[in-house]
Amino acid sequence: MTNRLRDFLAGAIFIVLGLVFVIGTLGLERGTAFRMGPGYFPTVLAGLLILIGVSIAVQAAREEAVPITMHAVPWRGLVLILAAPVLFGLTVRGLGLLPAIVIVAAVSSFASRRMRPALAAAITVALTVFCVLVFNVGLGLPIRLIGPWLS
Amino acid sequence: MELIDNLALGFATALTFNNLFYCFLGVLLGTLIGVLPGIGPTATIAMLLPVTFALSPVTSLIMLAGIYYGAQYGGSTTAILINLPGESSSAVTAIDGYQMARQGRAGPALAAAALGSFFAGSVATLVLATAAPALADVALEFGPAEYFSLMVLGLVSSVALAHGSVVKALGMIVLGLLLGLVGQDVNSGIPRFTMGFPELYDGVNFVAVAVGVFGIAEILRNLETEQDRDVAVQRVTNILPSWEDLKAMAAPVVRGTVLGSALGILPGGGAILSSFAAYTVEKKLSKTPERFGKGAIEGVAAPESANNAGAQTSFIPMLTLGIPANPVMALMIGALIIQGITPGPNVATDEPALFWGVIVSMWIGNLMLVLLNLPLIGVWVRLLKVPYYVLFPAILAFSAIGVYSINSNAFDLYAVAVFGILGYVLVKLDCEPAPLLLGFILGPMLEEHLRRAMIISRGDPSVFVTRPLSGVLLLLAAAILVIVFMPAIAKKREQVFQED
Repeated sequence: MTNRLRDFLAGAIFIVLGLVFVIGTLGLERGTAFRMGPGYFPTVLAGLLILIGVSIAVQAAREEAVPITMHAVPWRGLVLILAAPVLFGLTVRGLGLLPAIVIVAAVSSFASRRMRPALAAAITVALTVFCVLVFNVGLGLPIRLIGPWLS
Repeated sequence: MELIDNLALGFATALTFNNLFYCFLGVLLGTLIGVLPGIGPTATIAMLLPVTFALSPVTSLIMLAGIYYGAQYGGSTTAILINLPGESSSAVTAIDGYQMARQGRAGPALAAAALGSFFAGSVATLVLATAAPALADVALEFGPAEYFSLMVLGLVSSVALAHGSVVKALGMIVLGLLLGLVGQDVNSGIPRFTMGFPELYDGVNFVAVAVGVFGIAEILRNLETEQDRDVAVQRVTNILPSWEDLKAMAAPVVRGTVLGSALGILPGGGAILSSFAAYTVEKKLSKTPERFGKGAIEGVAAPESANNAGAQTSFIPMLTLGIPANPVMALMIGALIIQGITPGPNVATDEPALFWGVIVSMWIGNLMLVLLNLPLIGVWVRLLKVPYYVLFPAILAFSAIGVYSINSNAFDLYAVAVFGILGYVLVKLDCEPAPLLLGFILGPMLEEHLRRAMIISRGDPSVFVTRPLSGVLLLLAAAILVIVFMPAIAKKREQVFQED
């Protein structure tokens, strides 16, 4: 990876996101400067974002390419860390708070390559007990501990 | 005297058992996350925000503030003892602090950091108590045009004072503003950018954005470089600084406090910039600049005083104008809004107990921090040995429960994952996430004030420059943009942030 490629990609992301927002404003009424419709300000901002993206990309093209060290993407961690909140969202209503915490703790424990199963089990148990005590007993969060799927 | 009355009200509020307890809890948590690397105050506050909704507004703000300035204390401990700054605002402290520790002077270094911070915190509290009401009086005169221009100035200067590429930071701001506009338009009720998800009608949940961009992205970055943290920690003996140490650190502490108090008020300023600037100033003023980097106590005392002062005075624009100077303040504004308080110049008059209670609690919290840090340093040292991979299951579990508890909506958790990956990609491409969160909070306010100003002026945009105050603010914003893009300044700006 070079600094040039990195900056070019950054510009490209802003351009793409800007275009996505432009598409989003298409159905919105713009109105006039006097009485702005819901589309006025977003259109201005989305245009500005594209402009900024273009200027970053152009600047990148004119840079001298210098290699930069970029750490490798931790794929295993990436998948497990992103899966944890999603799995919590999918299960908290059906299975309940307690099983959802167990899932989050167990899944995210293994995001690190250094984790050993015994330690992961210990962390999961301790964390679950702690969360139930704090959020359910202590703060009285209105989330069922055991959900309808299990009872 | 009015100030005395106000401070008396503040003490009466802050000294209740409940508020003292949450103040203590806040600074304790702050020190903890300051010591533990990989989780900063922004992510912690985002995570704990939902928990504080059960508390009264003043109590929750006292606790959240405690986390913020407590983290500045804790961050210096790791910087000095193992050369790993727990917070980015302590990065410069590591330069001389770690050298002092290697020379067996870890005790005096820690004492310089703690005492300097306490002095700075006390002075900054007084600055806050005198400057904030005055500024609030001025702000009461503001119309929509002034607010719009002030926010533009705030966003622009947060770019100028942040480190990294200016253009990329501008892009992050605009992206944040656009994300802030997702949801129903306030005036027409028409949904915008909701992609058919009814969950997005109220906008993207800002706690989900903060947890994703700061919490998840940060964990992913730490997983890239999983290194051992069992760096040999020197035994800390003899915490007391000598008479020579005290004499050497007195002036740097005062200078750091002044500099930090001033820079903290600026949008985008706060703790990080303050500490870098203070270190640079000390090195410039020193008769023996060659000692810097080799264990100069001034290089610890000045930045640590400055970052604590900056952390505290950054509350001024938040409490008086309702405008965040940094992401942590953006979260505080979010917390107040959810609690039903609109941050702005009216807070000082409508909610005096909240306003003064929070200010006084900061001084009390600083006192607690000195007591918590110096005698208990051994406990914190032991915590340094906790491996990081043990921590993030806890971070994820708290985040998930916290985010879900706001709306009892699973959709917000999917948003966490989406913003986590977005934040990670952007950070990899060298785009700082802080301006995005500022833009996100300011987006709806900016649009609202723009619309109002244009309706009042009957569509004439010149109102922004013909109203004197608004014109001056915009002129300042333009001047800052011109300055940061001048090649000579741009180079200098890079140097300030690359002290090591």
